[in-house]
Amino acid sequence: MSQYETIFVMTPVLSDEQLKETVSEYVNLLKQKGAEIVHQDNWGLRKLAYPIKKKSTGFYHLIEFKGPGSVIAELELAYKRDERLLRFLSVNLDDHAVAFNDKFRGKSGSKSKKEEVKA
Amino acid sequence: MAAESDIRYLTPPSIEVKKDKYCRFKKSKIKHVDYKNPDYLMRFLNEQGKVLPRRLTGTSLKFQRKVSQSIKRARQLALLPFVADNLK
Repeated sequence: MSQYETIFVMTPVLSDEQLKETVSEYVNLLKQKGAEIVHQDNWGLRKLAYPIKKKSTGFYHLIEFKGPGSVIAELELAYKRDERLLRFLSVNLDDHAVAFNDKFRGKSGSKSKKEEVKA
Repeated sequence: MAAESDIRYLTPPSIEVKKDKYCRFKKSKIKHVDYKNPDYLMRFLNEQGKVLPRRLTGTSLKFQRKVSQSIKRARQLALLPFVADNLK
């Protein structure tokens, strides 16, 4: 039951409820597959460093969860199929990373709020 | 023979004081380089967005690998650019 962390970037053209629906879709998928969500963090709309699919901003969402390794395969398969997502990345956390996350809960990503794009 | 003091240098000889480089991660006991924080990772990039070599930053091999891996992850998530012209 190692700890994982996954981040996905959604296209900015989504309306609010589509956004929430996408996020809840993946959270439910994780729960079904027996993963336990440790922490969720929505960075909101952020400017991308380079345009992806002709979009220059994106909604970032981070999910930290504990679960068996098999969850990742299904999760990434669902990510690949979803065209609302511009980019995704899931990472296996070693114990230093877990300690770091617990200490700086939700600080690193949402900390840089100042360059938030006022959509 | 011209005495030592008679020799006039055009430019004063700058004695390169050898300041020893240290690994900032070992010194401040940092154990994990986080890829979600672009501002912190920006220090390890030069103006074009390339990863700075160890001989300039002085970081140890173990942490240079962690830094470069987290930079590559940040680039994947478009938190950091792959190429940039005036990053700083």
